[in-house]
Amino acid sequence: MSKTTKKKTTKRKTSKKQWARVDGRKPDELRPIHIESGVIPNADGSAYIEMGRNKIIAGVYGPREMHPKRFSKPNMGILRCRYHMAPFSVDPRRSPAPSRRDQEISMVMTDAIEPALFLERYPRSVIDVFIEIIEADGGTRCASINAAAVALADAGIPMKDLVSSCAAGKYDGNLILDLGDHEDKKGESDIPVAYLPKIDQVTLLQMEGIMTQEETEKCIELAIEGCKQIYEIQKEALKKKYGMVEGAEEKEEAEEEPEEAPEEEEPAEEAEEE
Amino acid sequence: MSNNIVSRLKRKKITDVIATGKRMDGRELLQYRDWEIKTNFLAKSAGSAEVKLGKTHVVVGVKVGIGHPFEDTPDAGVMMVNAEYTPVAHPTWEPGPPPEDAIELARVVDRGLRAAEIIDMDKLGLVSGEKVQMIFVDLYVLNYDGNLIDACSAGALAALNTAEAQKFKVSKKGEIEKTDKTEKLKLRAHPLSVTVCKMGDSLIVDPTYDEEEVKDGRITITVDENGNLNAIQKRGPIGFTLDEIKKCINIASEKAAEIRAVILAGE
Repeated sequence: MSKTTKKKTTKRKTSKKQWARVDGRKPDELRPIHIESGVIPNADGSAYIEMGRNKIIAGVYGPREMHPKRFSKPNMGILRCRYHMAPFSVDPRRSPAPSRRDQEISMVMTDAIEPALFLERYPRSVIDVFIEIIEADGGTRCASINAAAVALADAGIPMKDLVSSCAAGKYDGNLILDLGDHEDKKGESDIPVAYLPKIDQVTLLQMEGIMTQEETEKCIELAIEGCKQIYEIQKEALKKKYGMVEGAEEKEEAEEEPEEAPEEEEPAEEAEEE
Repeated sequence: MSNNIVSRLKRKKITDVIATGKRMDGRELLQYRDWEIKTNFLAKSAGSAEVKLGKTHVVVGVKVGIGHPFEDTPDAGVMMVNAEYTPVAHPTWEPGPPPEDAIELARVVDRGLRAAEIIDMDKLGLVSGEKVQMIFVDLYVLNYDGNLIDACSAGALAALNTAEAQKFKVSKKGEIEKTDKTEKLKLRAHPLSVTVCKMGDSLIVDPTYDEEEVKDGRITITVDENGNLNAIQKRGPIGFTLDEIKKCINIASEKAAEIRAVILAGE
């Protein structure tokens, strides 16, 4: 084991100059991201994200009464995320039944988003977040969290902060940000991270691969930097929908806006759109 | 007894004691309970291990068989890790499909082994695209008193480490024949998980059931013998700061070495 890692590090030093990523990005460059909020008229809040070739829809229903009732908590609300991949989202076709992987991602995603909410405000209720992966291209759990956070804000649910998420990893001896499908599968390691910029906390952290302690720590830092960039894109997406309501001149004001404005403005807005 | 709620009084006591740097059972914050490990005690499985960590009791069985490879890796063997929450292990556990935590347990242990490339899967192919060797690792929980991930990860490593797999012969027609010979599984790495729990401002390892109920969140980190990290899994509805994460990684590296010494000493 130690031999192979040594080989990889030396290789990294020599090849650093001419090394380029599969899709020509810089090591610390994100894939193009497009987020749109309010894409599902029936949902209380929704968002569509394209992150590279990932195409993901997130819809929020609630806070609403919990069904089945026995799962509700008398002192607080429950956040329930469901991550689900469409059968045609990957190659070859996958079964639409939820896999063990889907269930695990749903769990860690719930953990990643919950710290941003005030669930103590909604006893006996549930906030449902449904994620449908229309097309997968590596890093779906991160993209899903980004979409879910925007959808929750779109639903007018008060939040401590938006949750931003991004992966970093090691490919061909280089530490890189926001792994694509190929880099995810063939790379040495992958670390998805979710981050709340305002309170400076990491709420999703997973890792798979082989990396030294130092590299792992660097990767987490790199991913956090990526999350901060995505945070701005998420805010832009919300401003696009709600900006016209109050005119977002100052950034700081705009930050607060999606948290408060939607509750009253949203129904009127959606009617207009249709 | 039959519910999984820790009373408020007990909850407060546990957090108060931990805030003073001690534990309810007298341990230090970063001290494991005593490990008791027995390997190769089952005749019908290729490898087995029984792990007792305090009152937590798990049995890990390794079976080797023949199966179909995955489409994208026609020559590579398949390893599967499954966790079973048996109803004898805890009053709140019931027979039926595996609960979420059992799925996570199996997947986190699996990820640690797989990411460390513990077994060279390419050597387990028999007939390309048709027959490969399968390695099943079953984690069987018999009594639950916290920290299942670490106990199962240690058990899985101990069981794989002593496993003797049956050798197979491929005839000219491409048929698989069993032979009487067995061969030790060659492990390329020895990864172990260490779970660090956050409780208030304190970090502790090896929580008991009560401590697990009270904890805010946890980070499980799998480390191999070269100090490389193989897997991380954060759980719980809280956030960790970067400093806390770095602290957890340091704790894990240190503790994994300690546990490895205990487990590999038993051979």
